[in-house]
Amino acid sequence: MTTNLKIETERRRSGRPPENLKNELRLELPSNSINEGIARSIVSVFVSQLDPTFEELADIKCAVSEAVTNCIVHGYRDTHGMIYITIKILDERTVRIEIRDRGCGIEDIKTAMQPLYTTDSEGERSGMGFTVMESFTDRLSVVSSPGRGTKITMIKVLGDGRRQSIK
Amino acid sequence: MGSRMRNSKAEAVSVVDGHTMIISLTGDIDHHSAKRIRGEIDSSLFTLRPKRAVMDMSEVEFMDSAGLGLILGRIACAEKIGCKLTLLSPSPQVMKILDLAGAGRLIEIRQK
Repeated sequence: MTTNLKIETERRRSGRPPENLKNELRLELPSNSINEGIARSIVSVFVSQLDPTFEELADIKCAVSEAVTNCIVHGYRDTHGMIYITIKILDERTVRIEIRDRGCGIEDIKTAMQPLYTTDSEGERSGMGFTVMESFTDRLSVVSSPGRGTKITMIKVLGDGRRQSIK
Repeated sequence: MGSRMRNSKAEAVSVVDGHTMIISLTGDIDHHSAKRIRGEIDSSLFTLRPKRAVMDMSEVEFMDSAGLGLILGRIACAEKIGCKLTLLSPSPQVMKILDLAGAGRLIEIRQK
């Protein structure tokens, strides 16, 4: 309790979060599909330190799952490579998640991000991956170089009042 | 808040009740599990060829857009054999994904 009060005071004085609220996790995983679940679970545990609501945590898990799946299905396609994940706690309510691959990259990001756009000819993929990432986080940026890979950065602001409760 | 470090294994169990096939989905439905689940559902669907099928989502712990693809794909498969597919009791989290794609226009969604 005393420690918490001290943190609050420091924050108020400086206008910035104290150093001990900042935290960071770096994770490297091979592009095996089993790692989709492992990645979202690890991110979920790490983000839990900010005490998110169940809905916020579910949104983050889903967005991470989409980004990691993209690395596996699109970035590395029929090849294998590493997926690099960095999660940063920016302040007591903001988390930044960066998910990067060194795969084939995206030729046309605008088209790839269209809702329902899919490269799947069997009709089994929804083409909603980017839409989920965009809808479930507060900011999404996609940077890609064909032949060099793709970096997805998502920012989620917790408890910002724009959250809609679902019933 | 309890968080498991392990993926909850997804399963699809189908039983037939009269003319209705009940497909009970459990666990985490993502790209990793969707392909296997799809095979399990389709083999029951095309063997039993029911008039109606209900996909019970109440025990699904996690679903991303791969699960959405799975559902949209099963709607198409059911139509091919003249079967009406209904979704039962998706969680609020699953409902959010369904709403993003306007799935409510394509399939009847009921709560238990």
